[in-house]
Amino acid sequence: MGKPARATRKYPPRSPLVGYLLRRLGTSVLLLFGVTVVTFALANLVPGDPIAAALGEGAASNPATVEAYIQERGLDQPLPVQYANYIGGLFQGDMGISLRTAQPVASDLAKAVPATVEIALLAIVVSLGVGVALGSLAAYRRGKISDQLVRVLSLIGLSIPTFWMALVSFNFFFLQLRIAPGAGRLSPILPPPPPVTGFFTVDSLLAGQWVTFTDALAHLMLPVFVLSLFTIGLLTRFVRTSVLEVLDADYVRAGRAKGLSGPRLFFGYVLRGASLPILTIVGLAFGVLLSGTVLVEAVFAWPGLGSYAYNSATSLDLPGVMGVGLVVGVVYLTINFAVDLLYGVLDPRVRLA
Amino acid sequence: MRKRWLRIPAAWITPLGVIGAIIAVAWVGIAFTARLWIPVDPLSQDLPRLQAPGIDTLMGTDALGRDVFSRLMAGAGVTIPLALTLVLMSLVVGTLIGAIAGYFGKWVDELLMRLTDLVMAFPTVILAMVVAAALGPSLFNAVIAAFVVSWPQYARMTRSIVLGLRTQNYVMAGRLMGFSPFKTLRVDIAPNVVGPILVLASLDVGTAILLLTGLSFLGLGAQPPTPEWGSMISAAIQNFDSWWIGLFPGLAILTVVMAFNFVGDSLRDIFDPTSQVSRAAARS
Repeated sequence: MGKPARATRKYPPRSPLVGYLLRRLGTSVLLLFGVTVVTFALANLVPGDPIAAALGEGAASNPATVEAYIQERGLDQPLPVQYANYIGGLFQGDMGISLRTAQPVASDLAKAVPATVEIALLAIVVSLGVGVALGSLAAYRRGKISDQLVRVLSLIGLSIPTFWMALVSFNFFFLQLRIAPGAGRLSPILPPPPPVTGFFTVDSLLAGQWVTFTDALAHLMLPVFVLSLFTIGLLTRFVRTSVLEVLDADYVRAGRAKGLSGPRLFFGYVLRGASLPILTIVGLAFGVLLSGTVLVEAVFAWPGLGSYAYNSATSLDLPGVMGVGLVVGVVYLTINFAVDLLYGVLDPRVRLA
Repeated sequence: MRKRWLRIPAAWITPLGVIGAIIAVAWVGIAFTARLWIPVDPLSQDLPRLQAPGIDTLMGTDALGRDVFSRLMAGAGVTIPLALTLVLMSLVVGTLIGAIAGYFGKWVDELLMRLTDLVMAFPTVILAMVVAAALGPSLFNAVIAAFVVSWPQYARMTRSIVLGLRTQNYVMAGRLMGFSPFKTLRVDIAPNVVGPILVLASLDVGTAILLLTGLSFLGLGAQPPTPEWGSMISAAIQNFDSWWIGLFPGLAILTVVMAFNFVGDSLRDIFDPTSQVSRAAARS
C-alpha cells in the first residue's frame, strides 16, 4: 500500500512552542542572510564604479592604485568567493573604511548605536502610552466628535515630514522660546557619564549624577517628541481597531454584566485582550522610528546612527551608508524576531499556525 | 450604463474626504500649471538674499536670492508628478506579481513572496536610502529606490485576496468553462482587487511624497538647483535664523500628504466599512 506512516520518527515529539521558536529562528537566520546579500549586491554589483567611489576620483585615475586595491579586496575573484570574503569580514567586524571619517565603519557605528537606541526606546514608550490612550478613547467614543477628532489628528501625525518637524520645533522651542536645550545629548559644560550601557540617562543615574541625568533627559525631549508623532498616529489607529474588536467580545460583555466598569474593566479585560494585536505593530513601529532617526538626528546634532547615515549619505560615503543599512537591517530583524517570540509565548494559537 | 459612473453615491461625500479631495486636486492643479504663472523664475538669483516674507516676496528669499514662493510652486511640479508615477508603477508591478504568486502558487508563490520578505526585512527609508546611495544621487534614482521598497505591499495584498478567491465556486466554474488563467484573473478576480488596491494607492501617494522628499533631504534625490521641497528644507539647516526657507516647503509637504491621506482613509470606509485596520497591519 502507501508509504509507511511518518510516525516512525525516533525522536520524541517536541512541544509546539519549541517547534514554533525553531521555525521562526530559521526564518530570521535566512532573512539575515538575505540582508547581507542585499548589502553586498548593492555595494558591489550596481552600475557605477565602486572602486572609484571607494578610492576617490584622484586615486582612481592611477592604474597602480586601482590594481593594488583590486588585489587587496579580492575584487578579481569570482563573485561567490567575494561574497564569502564579505561575510567572513563581517564576522570579524570588518564593514570597510568610511570615506568621510577615514575610520573603520564598524567602530564608528558601535559608538553611534547606543545614542539611537536610547531615543528609539523612549520614543516607543511615549508612542505606546499616547497611542493606547488616544486609541482607546476613540474606540470607547466610537462615532462621536472625539472619535472623529482623534482620527483627524492621527492622520495628520502620519502626514508630517519628520525632518521638517525637527527643524521647525528646534527653531521654535530652542531659538525662539529658549525653553528647550540646544543640540546634542548633553550641554557642552557637562562631561558624559561613565559608560556602562551607553544610554546617558541610565549611566548618569548609575553614577548618581542627578544634574547630568536631568540634562540628558531634557535633551531627549524634543527629538523623542518629533520622532513619536508618526508612530503615535500609527499606534492610535491600530489600538482603536483592536479595542473596538475586543469591546464587542463576549467576555467583555460578561465582565460588564458582572457589574465591572471603569478602570477594572478597561485594564483587566479590554486592554488585556487588545494588547496581543497591538504587540504585532510594535515591531513595525520600531522600524518606522529607525527610519525616522535618519531624517531627524542630523537636525539635533544627535550623534547616533541617523546622523551617521545622514552625513554618510550627503557626502556620498558608500561604505558608511551600507554599514548603516546592514546594522539597521539586523536590529530590525532582531526586534521583529523578539516580538514574534513574545507573541508565540503569549498566544498559544500562533504556535500551531 | 454610462450614467452610473457619473453619479457619486451620497455615502461617499464625507467632510474628511471632500476636504482632502479639494486640497489634493488643488495641489495637482498647481503641479501641472505652476510654470505658467509663478511670479519669478525659480532658478534666478536676482533678489536680495535671505529676505524675510513681505509684500514683494510672499515667502521671502533663500540664501542665494531665489524667490521661495516661486520655488515652492515649481517644486509641486517636481514632486507630485513623480510621486503619482511612482505609485502607478508600484501598483501595476506589485499587483501583477501578487496576482501571479497567488494564482499559480507553489514555487512561483514561494519565490516571489520571499522576495517581498527580503524587501520588508528593512525599514523602508533605510532600504531606499541604501539603494539610492548605491545607484548614485539623482531624482531618477531616488524614484527607482522608492519603487524598490513600495511594490511589495501591493503584491502582498493582491496575493492574499487572490488566494482567498482562487477556490471559490464561481472562480472554479469559470475555469471549468475553459477560462485561461489570465482570463480568470481579469474577469473573476480583478473586480475584487480594485477597491482595496485603490485605498492602498491613495494612501501610498502620501507615503511616496514623504519618501521622495526625505531622500532629497538626504541629498540622494533632487540635485541643486532643482526646486524640490526636501532639498529646500535641507538647505534651511544652514540658515537656522531664516525660518521661512524651511517652514513653507514643509507646510506644502504636510498639506499635500494630509490631503491624500484624508482621501485614502475615506475611501477605506467606503470599500471596507467593517474594518479600519491600518495599512501597516496589512503589511505585517
